[in-house]
Amino acid sequence: MVIATLAFYLFSAVAVASALMVVLSRNPVHSVLWLILTFFSAAGLFVILGAEFVAMLLVIVYVGAVMVLFLFVVMMMDVDFAELKSGMSKYVRIGSLIGLVILIELLMATGYWSGWIVADMAPDMRAAVTPALEETQNTIALGSILYTQYVYLFQAAGLVLLVAMIGAIVLTMRHRKDVKRQSIVGQIYRDADKAVEMIDVKPGQGL
Amino acid sequence: MIGNDVNVVLPELVLVGAAMAVLMWGVFSKREVGAQALWAISALFIGVGAWIALTGRGTDAAFNNMFINDGFGRFAKITMLWSGAAVLLLSKPYLERAKLMKFEFPVLVALAMVGMMMMVSAGNMIALYMGLELQSLALYVIAAFNRDSLRSSEAGLKYFVLGAISSGLLLYGMSLVYGYTGALGFAEITDVIAAEGLPLGALFGLVFIVTGMAFKVSAAPFHMWTPDVYEGSPTPVTALFATAPKMAAAAMITRILFDAFGGVISDWQQILALLALLSMFVGAVAAIGQTNIKRLMAYSSIGHMGFAIMGLAAGSEAGVQNMLIYMVVYVTTNIGVFAFILNMEKDGRAVTDISALSLYSRVAPGRAFALLILMFSLAGIPPLVGFFAKLYVLQAAFDAGLGWLAIAGVVASVISAFYYLRIIYLMYFGEASEALDGKIPMLHMGLLAASAAAMVFGIINMFGVEGYALSAARALLG
Amino acid sequence: MEFMTDVFGFYFGTFLVILGQSLLVIVLILVALAFLMYADRKIWAAVQMRKGPNVVGVFGLLQSFADFIKYIVKEVVVPAGADKPVFFLAPMITFIFAVVAWVVIPFDDGWVVSNLNVGVLYIFAIGSLEVYGVIMGGWASNSKYPFLGALRSTAQMISYEVSIGFIIVGVLLSTGSLNFTAIVQAQSGYGALSWYWLPHLPMVALFFISALAETNRPPFDLPEAEAELVAGYQVEYSATPFLLFMIGELMAVVLMTALITILFFGGWLSPVSWLPDGIHWFILKMLFWFFMFAMAKALVPRYRYDQLMRLGWKVFLPLSLGWVVFVAAAAQFEWFGGFYVRWAVGG
Repeated sequence: MVIATLAFYLFSAVAVASALMVVLSRNPVHSVLWLILTFFSAAGLFVILGAEFVAMLLVIVYVGAVMVLFLFVVMMMDVDFAELKSGMSKYVRIGSLIGLVILIELLMATGYWSGWIVADMAPDMRAAVTPALEETQNTIALGSILYTQYVYLFQAAGLVLLVAMIGAIVLTMRHRKDVKRQSIVGQIYRDADKAVEMIDVKPGQGL
Repeated sequence: MIGNDVNVVLPELVLVGAAMAVLMWGVFSKREVGAQALWAISALFIGVGAWIALTGRGTDAAFNNMFINDGFGRFAKITMLWSGAAVLLLSKPYLERAKLMKFEFPVLVALAMVGMMMMVSAGNMIALYMGLELQSLALYVIAAFNRDSLRSSEAGLKYFVLGAISSGLLLYGMSLVYGYTGALGFAEITDVIAAEGLPLGALFGLVFIVTGMAFKVSAAPFHMWTPDVYEGSPTPVTALFATAPKMAAAAMITRILFDAFGGVISDWQQILALLALLSMFVGAVAAIGQTNIKRLMAYSSIGHMGFAIMGLAAGSEAGVQNMLIYMVVYVTTNIGVFAFILNMEKDGRAVTDISALSLYSRVAPGRAFALLILMFSLAGIPPLVGFFAKLYVLQAAFDAGLGWLAIAGVVASVISAFYYLRIIYLMYFGEASEALDGKIPMLHMGLLAASAAAMVFGIINMFGVEGYALSAARALLG
Repeated sequence: MEFMTDVFGFYFGTFLVILGQSLLVIVLILVALAFLMYADRKIWAAVQMRKGPNVVGVFGLLQSFADFIKYIVKEVVVPAGADKPVFFLAPMITFIFAVVAWVVIPFDDGWVVSNLNVGVLYIFAIGSLEVYGVIMGGWASNSKYPFLGALRSTAQMISYEVSIGFIIVGVLLSTGSLNFTAIVQAQSGYGALSWYWLPHLPMVALFFISALAETNRPPFDLPEAEAELVAGYQVEYSATPFLLFMIGELMAVVLMTALITILFFGGWLSPVSWLPDGIHWFILKMLFWFFMFAMAKALVPRYRYDQLMRLGWKVFLPLSLGWVVFVAAAAQFEWFGGFYVRWAVGG
């Protein structure tokens, strides 16, 4: 387990550090790249937990697709870095002051760390939902409860995505009537017989 | 086994199926079918509402207690469905004038309605969150529905960003609760709390959850988005915001607080009392300077949500019952008010400035009188229904030992009466100005009149809402 | 102390073994790449009735090595406005991800560095990361052509990744496992007839074409279209960074041939039952598909960008999606005598 522990600390440290860099780096493109590293480390943490399916999904969906689109948008935006930075320095003092006050309040409210106790029943209740890791692969386990026990939530998530799709189309798509469009079928079915006409041009006459 | 579960969610399934069918119809038909789709969806809302009202009995749970169909949920659903149908019907002329009559609008409203129904029936944190996201996402889109208008886009974007933040808070709170109690289902959380008390981490989670919910019900100090979104959105969308989602959000917060944290009322009572206090005063004071009637209604809604939350803060059966009554009265009044606002126009252009109402009583005395009744009712002036609604929540808060809150509520109510009365003053005694157009569709006139009449004649027996609300509250607490 | 012995005893040994295996795979593939690059050029030349490389070594066999040395010793030019860290990170990412993907590829029964349960997803994840080399390189060059090339290339790769994903899902539904070894084993039985190319015949063609697009190979080499973008996202790259891009790209191509071999042509399995299975079959199949890649490059004219996007989203995506539905039904109801379900064998 030593390697796993070391790997855990490595991934966590990288995740935290790169998350910090997301906020701190001046160039928004760099921020996105750091964010990618954060996701990547999170995926590593999932692997250590034995949830390799979720880890791969995190990489495929977030790193491979969502972040690429993010990068697209950020790269094409015209952002004034200096202005962004000045805003940051303006609020950093008051922000950290508020943060400090809240931290102190939190510590005073809780008094001591031992107040943070997980309910005794909690571990058993959490474990009851899923089969033990030794019994089955986590991909199979996930699949077998996702479509039975959690089918309601699964379908609800599908609806949310449907709404997102409708929304994106409604807010952006425009049917412009004055634009010439390509007719792919027409192009494919067009051949030399229809497109080329042989005209016998008499000398000295033209068309 | 799954058949039983499906039976329980049948009304929601019917709505989803209809929304998808309308979507396909709209996509594949050659003509623009927006108006027909709107009629169809509103008829469906009324039908499903009636179906729930007539057939719903007892308490059923489906999908491992993720979905709970009980009296409380049905009460909220019927209110939402009927008010949603009313708003949809009202929105047709406006949408046609603004060239926004697309079939996606009713489809999105229907899907939002499904989300709201899932919210108020949730028996599990994730189910609640999924319903909330479904509703919110659809509402973000329709807030920005007039995409060529800068203000509408701004409204949509603002709503989206703040909504996303509040969802984040909510999720963070839920994850804390899950981490410290080990449960996501409301019933299991209640069991854990009953056995071992509320762990400190879960208490923090509860605070985050209430904060996230406060965003959704636009309670101060998390109300900042409300005026801008109300003002920027197309007016029918504003009308929708002011009715069904408000009911849904109030029902959702009730559901999670009583179903999951019903054992530790004293832990959240203070937070809700503070939210109620701030909302009532922000709603009353900030509205005074407003000249745009949509912004004014936004602040009005903040204030009214304060009163509704006061009912919740009582933490008793009477509190929940009176909150429900309050919400029904508020929603009914708002339908009337927006039936009026949707027709405020001059030379075919929508007007939202309240100074345009000057001497409106001479243009259309009937409508002016109806609005007068509605404004009196919103202000809580006896003997209208709005007064009794306020009285009940104040009573509940007082009985629960929150006397200071009840007194503050009375003070806020008096302050807020100022701006409601200003509208009435303008209509009857204002300076002469260019009059608004006098046209109003029959349907709008009918709903306006019906809403005003309800405010007057409701005082006899509240149309029996009290009894239904009581059984709804019993279903939740009992 | 226990910690130290743990790390330097047991784990260190395991670590060395894994390191050795990885190095072996990498070195072999890199050497093979040199000759594959040579083969690519020779095939291309033969189609065009040229001789191709024929000066360095016998028949020009050492041409790739000569190129390699040239790339290594030349000066690295960095554009003045370039974002230096990202500029150098980009080719490294392309190269590293191209290499690490090989870790889950089984060359023969048990000949795999890491027999992951989710091998297919791993390949897919790594494949989706390769986009970053392109987009970072294009952006960091701080120049118009590379940026346009990078945007095109990214859009192209993402578009075709979707249909590749669905095609693979079809195979997974037949196998009931995400493990590559299990996928190959599920294809054993009656030799070549029980490989997946037969049940998934339309998807073989789709996969091959998507693989061409995914690896930016002709006829989908729009990101590098000389006529429009001079050389796309790698215009500003020279010497070793450029070499890394080149190797990374070619390695992705070879990986695709390996994937086709595993997914549809039975990996190391012998096509006829009276010959033994083994790695030679794997290599032969890969070589055949590499030949097809090279021939596609030589024979097919380049697509236009809108045609490419249309093909990806309006033709391949619905087809592969429909195929997933079909395979799911065929597997669930055991149509065609269970031709589409190999769960008992593989999973």
